[in-house]
Amino acid sequence: MEFPGLYNYWIAMVLMMMGLYIVITDPNMVKKIVGLSIFQVSVFVFYISMAKVRGGTAPILDDRFTVYSNPLPHVLILTAIVVGIATTALALALLVRIQAAFGTVDEEAIKALERET
Amino acid sequence: MTLFDPAWIDVAILAFMAIVAFVVALLRSVFASVMLMGIFSLLSATLFVILDAVDVAFTEASVGAGISVVVFLGAMSLIPSPKAHGRTRPLLGALVCIACGALLILGTLDMPTYGDPQAPIHLHVADRYLSESLEATDVPNVVTSVLASYRGYDTLGETTVIFTAAIAVLILIGGSWRDGVKAPARADKETGDA
Repeated sequence: MEFPGLYNYWIAMVLMMMGLYIVITDPNMVKKIVGLSIFQVSVFVFYISMAKVRGGTAPILDDRFTVYSNPLPHVLILTAIVVGIATTALALALLVRIQAAFGTVDEEAIKALERET
Repeated sequence: MTLFDPAWIDVAILAFMAIVAFVVALLRSVFASVMLMGIFSLLSATLFVILDAVDVAFTEASVGAGISVVVFLGAMSLIPSPKAHGRTRPLLGALVCIACGALLILGTLDMPTYGDPQAPIHLHVADRYLSESLEATDVPNVVTSVLASYRGYDTLGETTVIFTAAIAVLILIGGSWRDGVKAPARADKETGDA
C-alpha cells in the first residue's frame, strides 16, 4: 500500500471520536458545542479526502489541466459548513436561555437543581 | 514516499489537528477551547487547499474559523463560565468512543486508498460535471456551477435551513425576554456556582 493509504480516513475517525468524547463527558454545555464543531469539521475532512484524485488539481476548468479532483463532495461540504454555523448559533442561543433559566450551563449543576425542585 | 513529497504536508496538518483536538478534550477552560476550535478550523481550511477544495477552504476559514468563533464569544459574554465540575463518566465515555472509533476504522479498511482515480465516487456523475458544466453553465469553476445550477434546489434548501435557524435565534434571544427572567436567574446563579 502506498503511504498516505487510508491515513486521512483514520485520522478523521480519531478526530470524530475526540469530538464525541468531549460531547459525552464534558459537563459544560458550551464545551459540548465546541466538541460538536470538532466532530463536524472531522466529517468535512473525511469527505474532502475522498474527493481527492492523485495528481489532480482544484476543479476550476482550464485548458492546461486534464485531471481534476471530484467537485461533488466539495459542493456538499460547502452546504454543510453553512448549515453547521446556523445550527451552532441556534444551540448557543438555547444555551443563553438555559443560563437565564437555571443560572448555569453546567449539566451536573442543572441536574442538581432539578433534583432539588 | 520521498522526503519532499507534498503528502507530508497532508500528514503534518492532520497530526496538528489531532493534537489540537486532544488539547481541547483535556482543557478545562471554555475560552481556551473556543480559541483552539478556531485554530482547528483554520488548520482544516489549510488541509482543504492541499486536497484541492479551494472553495471549501475559504468558506471554512471565514465561517468556521471566523464567524463561528465570534458567535461563540458573543454567547460566552452572556454565559459566565462557572467553576468546572469533573467529567461525567469519563471511563464509560472513553470506552464508547474507542469502540465506536474502532468500528469506523474497520469500515474504512474496505475503502479505496487516498487519491485513487478509480474509486467509485469518481466514476458516477463527477465526470459529467467536469466535461459538460462549462458548456452547460459557462462557469469555469465546477463547484460553483454544481452548487448554483445542477444542485440549485439543495442550495435553496440550505437557505431555508439558515432562515429557520435565524428566526429561531431571534425568537429565543431577540426580544424583551430578559426583563421577565432576569431576577430569578440571579438568585439561581448563586446556588449554581456554589
